[in-house]
Amino acid sequence: MEFTIDFTKEQIESIEEILQKELIDMGVQSVILMDLAGNVIVNLDSGETDHDVFSLAALAAGNYGAVSAMANIIGEQEFSLLFHKGEEESIHFSKVADDLLLLTIFNKNVSLGFLRLKVAEAVKRIKNVI
Amino acid sequence: MALINPKKREVQVKIVYYGPGRGGKTTNLEYINRKFKKRILNEMVTVKTYGDRTLFFDFLPFDIGEIKGHSIKIQLYTVPGQVKYNATRRLVLRGVDGIVFVADSMDLRREMNIRSLQNLKENLESFNKNIFNIPLVMQYNKRDLSDEGIPILSVETLEKDLNSRLKAPCFSASAIRGDNVAATMKKVIALTVTSLRKKLE
Ligand SMILES: Nc1nc2c(ncn2[C@@H]2O[C@H](COP(=O)(O)OP(=O)(O)O)[C@@H](O)[C@H]2O)c(=O)[nH]1
Ligand SMILES: [Mg+2]
Repeated sequence: MEFTIDFTKEQIESIEEILQKELIDMGVQSVILMDLAGNVIVNLDSGETDHDVFSLAALAAGNYGAVSAMANIIGEQEFSLLFHKGEEESIHFSKVADDLLLLTIFNKNVSLGFLRLKVAEAVKRIKNVI
Repeated sequence: MALINPKKREVQVKIVYYGPGRGGKTTNLEYINRKFKKRILNEMVTVKTYGDRTLFFDFLPFDIGEIKGHSIKIQLYTVPGQVKYNATRRLVLRGVDGIVFVADSMDLRREMNIRSLQNLKENLESFNKNIFNIPLVMQYNKRDLSDEGIPILSVETLEKDLNSRLKAPCFSASAIRGDNVAATMKKVIALTVTSLRKKLE
């Protein structure tokens, strides 16, 4: 068996701290750092939600893969904004590294513009850790 | 690529049920979901098209307890078997740790089994994986059909067609009755987890 992404305890703690500070403390409900195989690497939430994160990650990996394949068919490298808006809750996807995805679940108290700013900041900081 | 989380002391292992369309992959997971309800904390997820076929995959998370102080989370997936869904099959195979190949014992499905196995081999190669090196279990499903007088392939024929070179452990099964469904799953988990132990020392 191969283990392509192995994180140390220290790395995971740094990532958790970044996600807590940049996103959860800013009003985001839930964040999942995951790989494209559908594994959950880090999951934090504000305590208001109780989502089934493993199923979410499995579906998000499939969804992200499908959307990337669509991008390739129409001649794009990738789409820069991946976002599903609901009445109450929304989901935002951001690529962190080749095989890593950051999923953010937030409600209407957080604007998309602000969220994208904070996600970009968090991604930048996570890249320094991994 | 099993994922180890050293902080939570948790390992996620990905097992994929592969095989021709309508061979019984989803039925395997549905049986496991019913039979092991207590160990399954979340609902089975299935992405279906109109008409009940697997469009994308089925997903069933399954806890098997601890190994060397790490809790092991098995993630069972099926792929859509229909030929036209190869792109989604490839997505599901990403990061796979162990595979069950569910072959359809019906006489009529002989060619489809062979083609699906060839397709598995090619898709693994696209991820630089070799079918000979990955934990793999063969399941010859729908053995119950012979009771209804429907012609089925003999196990010898299936072995010769699919397993003469791979020599993977194999099970005759009936997913619909639940025969050897658990045995198949336990075998693939055992094969997959063996290589984990060293890593967790
Ligand atoms: N007789 C019989 N039918 C089966 C068995 N396993 C699955 N089926 C039937 O075969 C059809 C396709 O099964 P499904 O699990 O959806 O196949 P998949 O496409 O591989 O996911 C369904 O109608 C099942 O009820 C089996 O062991 N025996
Ligand atoms: Mg199916």
